[in-house]
Amino acid sequence: MELSEQIKNMIYEMKEQFLSDEALLIPLLRAIQEEKGYISFNTMKDAALFLNLPLKRVREVATFYTMFNKTPVGKVHLQICSNISCWLRGADHLVHCAEKRLGIKLGETTFDKHFTLSSVECLAACGTAPVMQVNSSELTIHEEYYEELTESKLIELIDKWAKKLNELNELKQREK
Amino acid sequence: MGEEVKRVKRIKAEGKVVMDYSILTKFIYEKDSHTIDFYREKSSGYKALSKVLTMNPETIIDEVKKSNLRGRGGAGFPTGIKWSLRSKDNRPKYLVCNGDEGEPGTFKDRLLLSRLPHNLIEGMIIAAYALSTHIGYVYLRGEFAKEYRVLEAAIKEAYAARFLGKDILGSSFSFDLYLYRGAGAYICGEETGLLNSLEGKSGRPRIKPPYPAQFGVFGMPTCVNNVETFAVVPWIIREGAEAFANIGTEKSGGSRLFSVSGHITHPGVYELPLTVTLRELIDKCGGVRDGKKLKAVIPGGASSAILTHQEIDVAMDFDSLVKAGTMAGSGAVIVLDETVCIVEAASIILKFFEHESCGQCSQCREGSHWLARIFHRIERGEGTTSDLNLIPEICSNMAGQTICAFADAVTGPALSAIKKFKKEFEEHVFLKGCPFKINNGPNPNGEKELSNVF
Repeated sequence: MELSEQIKNMIYEMKEQFLSDEALLIPLLRAIQEEKGYISFNTMKDAALFLNLPLKRVREVATFYTMFNKTPVGKVHLQICSNISCWLRGADHLVHCAEKRLGIKLGETTFDKHFTLSSVECLAACGTAPVMQVNSSELTIHEEYYEELTESKLIELIDKWAKKLNELNELKQREK
Repeated sequence: MGEEVKRVKRIKAEGKVVMDYSILTKFIYEKDSHTIDFYREKSSGYKALSKVLTMNPETIIDEVKKSNLRGRGGAGFPTGIKWSLRSKDNRPKYLVCNGDEGEPGTFKDRLLLSRLPHNLIEGMIIAAYALSTHIGYVYLRGEFAKEYRVLEAAIKEAYAARFLGKDILGSSFSFDLYLYRGAGAYICGEETGLLNSLEGKSGRPRIKPPYPAQFGVFGMPTCVNNVETFAVVPWIIREGAEAFANIGTEKSGGSRLFSVSGHITHPGVYELPLTVTLRELIDKCGGVRDGKKLKAVIPGGASSAILTHQEIDVAMDFDSLVKAGTMAGSGAVIVLDETVCIVEAASIILKFFEHESCGQCSQCREGSHWLARIFHRIERGEGTTSDLNLIPEICSNMAGQTICAFADAVTGPALSAIKKFKKEFEEHVFLKGCPFKINNGPNPNGEKELSNVF
């Protein structure tokens, strides 16, 4: 597996912004994740080769930051804030609802690989708590916030995305 | 963005948002407040910049010193003094804006970034001129996608209008501003952790000294300030340092953005003078939600010590809060009503700290882990009386023993919770369960295993 031309060009363009090329590592890992959904061990090797860094450095950075997924996640990644302000406004209950609706536990992915449910720490939207951040390259949702969530709103969103994913799947199968 | 504006308009229509001072928030909810045209027409944007370019850098720093502006990120260090510590050698210098807003309860920077990006950009250009810096970075936390897009567009506008880039407004001063996105780590809000992250490393804080003013990003002199700090600088230059200093207390000037959340009738960002007391602040936000009684307040983000409902007659400036045994932190006020179990609340906060400890100092890595476990087991009714003595003991091994202030931040909520609400902890131990849940029926998540929570 090689890094895509698009990523390489983006990184070349960023080079002049920094005194040292090492600083390109986080932008590079971010770009890889945006393209592939997660950062596999093999892509870490590619990143290390590309930036001329020891593989250990790349692995250290990739594991230090919580936004980097080291294993594949579902097509829609639901991240519900579980920190104090959201908890005071019922985030616990929302997690419970999502678990029930999706039939999985926190931290798991549904059997059809459509949804992953995680809890995250403060998303800096405590004034509109509880908050959920959603990521899905399939549905072109890039780190979108859903604020002032309620049980019904959450279920509605989950059902909407599940329907959309099923439609996309059908389309793909028809094309085949 | 539409949603947010609508929500705020709704609150505004109800007449609930109080702005005693409007250094920053005057236009914040207007449509298009994030565009350069709006900023220039309505809030005399970039006028301070043209004024500054004819001034001597020393005079600017003196002006900021006179304004008594103190860093809005959490530590409250006087900004003018920070700037005057700049290195005067010929090495390239860097200016960094700390936009890694992550202190639980804080959301003011996010609002500034998405509604008033040009205040920040102008403030950074002025700071860069005062510090003779030619490269600046805005370090945004990784989760801020919308804010990133807004800021990216704003920077493009500023380049097009020749406020950024080579020979700004025909002067010989050049300044380039770049955006850098983090990837999810609370500790990157600590300035040296942020600098390491900016260099493409893990965001572990560095040993100080050397301070960033001498040895910052890429080993060069660097000045790091919070989003809000930069954003008020244009106002200080435009309206004068005295006007700014007059608003605040003797030692800290200006108004401040308070992020109010939790069990409050109208959560949101409020701009108020630092002389406001915590009780007044809560009243201005409509009081405790649903007419419940106040139990406790966390006055400066999750790392500040908890105040009980009897302790809220304290002014919200940096020094008064320190005197009250807590801290002003990032201005995040979290309100807890009578239905909250303090043990569970503290357990949630400690779980967060356990998750976010960078792990390089043993005291913090082990201490935050054990505190989180002990609080969790007390909450579940598995605690013992010896656990209650263990908590202060662990804390005494953490505070002041580590590279950065994270360990101190962990002990703030832990110690204050057990000191001020000891009775509640004892109840948990003797009842072998949470009295709040025993009374209200089982909590659906009460049985959740620790491993699931993390």
